[in-house]
Amino acid sequence: MKDRFNLYRFASPATFYPLAGAMIPYFVAVSIVFGLAGLWLGMLVAPTDFQQGEGYRIIFIHVPASWMSMFIYLVMAGWAAIGLAFNTRLSGMMAQALAPTGALMAFLSLWTGALWGKPMWGAWWVWDARLTSELILLFLYIGYMALTAAIDDARRADKAGGLLLLVGVVNVPIIYFSVKWWNTLHQGSSVNLTKSSMAETMLWGMLLMAMCFWMYSIAVALMRVRTIMLERERHTDWVKALLAGGEK
Amino acid sequence: MIHWNSLADFLAMGGYGFYVWGSFGVTALIMVVEPILVIRHRKTTLARLQRQIRAETRNTAE
Repeated sequence: MKDRFNLYRFASPATFYPLAGAMIPYFVAVSIVFGLAGLWLGMLVAPTDFQQGEGYRIIFIHVPASWMSMFIYLVMAGWAAIGLAFNTRLSGMMAQALAPTGALMAFLSLWTGALWGKPMWGAWWVWDARLTSELILLFLYIGYMALTAAIDDARRADKAGGLLLLVGVVNVPIIYFSVKWWNTLHQGSSVNLTKSSMAETMLWGMLLMAMCFWMYSIAVALMRVRTIMLERERHTDWVKALLAGGEK
Repeated sequence: MIHWNSLADFLAMGGYGFYVWGSFGVTALIMVVEPILVIRHRKTTLARLQRQIRAETRNTAE
């Protein structure tokens, strides 16, 4: 049979493992470049906000962290759906590798939000729709990690965790649209496809920081998934060969 | 081009220094510590799996 290029080949851990390893340094490098450019624009060049003074600069990490916390969850739910539908091995490993980073992003979103809320609203925390639904997202991440860690059999853990992810996905549009659906203290979205309420340097600084967070998340998740692959596939020939060859 | 007049100006963040640097500091800490933990976990996992492989091959050789 002719050996033609097949995308599905990368769904196999044995082929994905070296590919992931080769890609990590590039994602790290690109993340650092975007991060430096974003910090330079956001922290050194961007003007003062006319309402919030210099305090608004928290936006350069608050918005990227919040976006990533929602996006990573959607990616995990996507992997869960693929895993439940096609019973692929890789999908559960990917979801598992993304979870801690997603949880940290949700935490950072809440942490920076609290530090932003205090000077602007006078409160670290309010039980407002946006904040509460983001807190639930953090709990969903923690719940997923606790549930999968509590089940010894990896494939069963993937199935149970996957179901939790799919049920919880309803929370993501709730977070996103909460500022429209309810009267909340949280300000509306700063970025819009048609118009933006921000100065150009502010907008670009934020988008660069978002790219930095994005590339960072991919790099860390790829690093993590490689270890999960070795652990889970330790009885297969390809892992044994790698380990015998002194894999670092 | 640069928005700030002095380093002290930059650090003060117009009176919001505590909030701005509290946000950036914790974020930077997490983005440094998370990869370190991931790499450390990988090293211990690799060492354990390699020990197991060596023990297995020793057993089958006997």
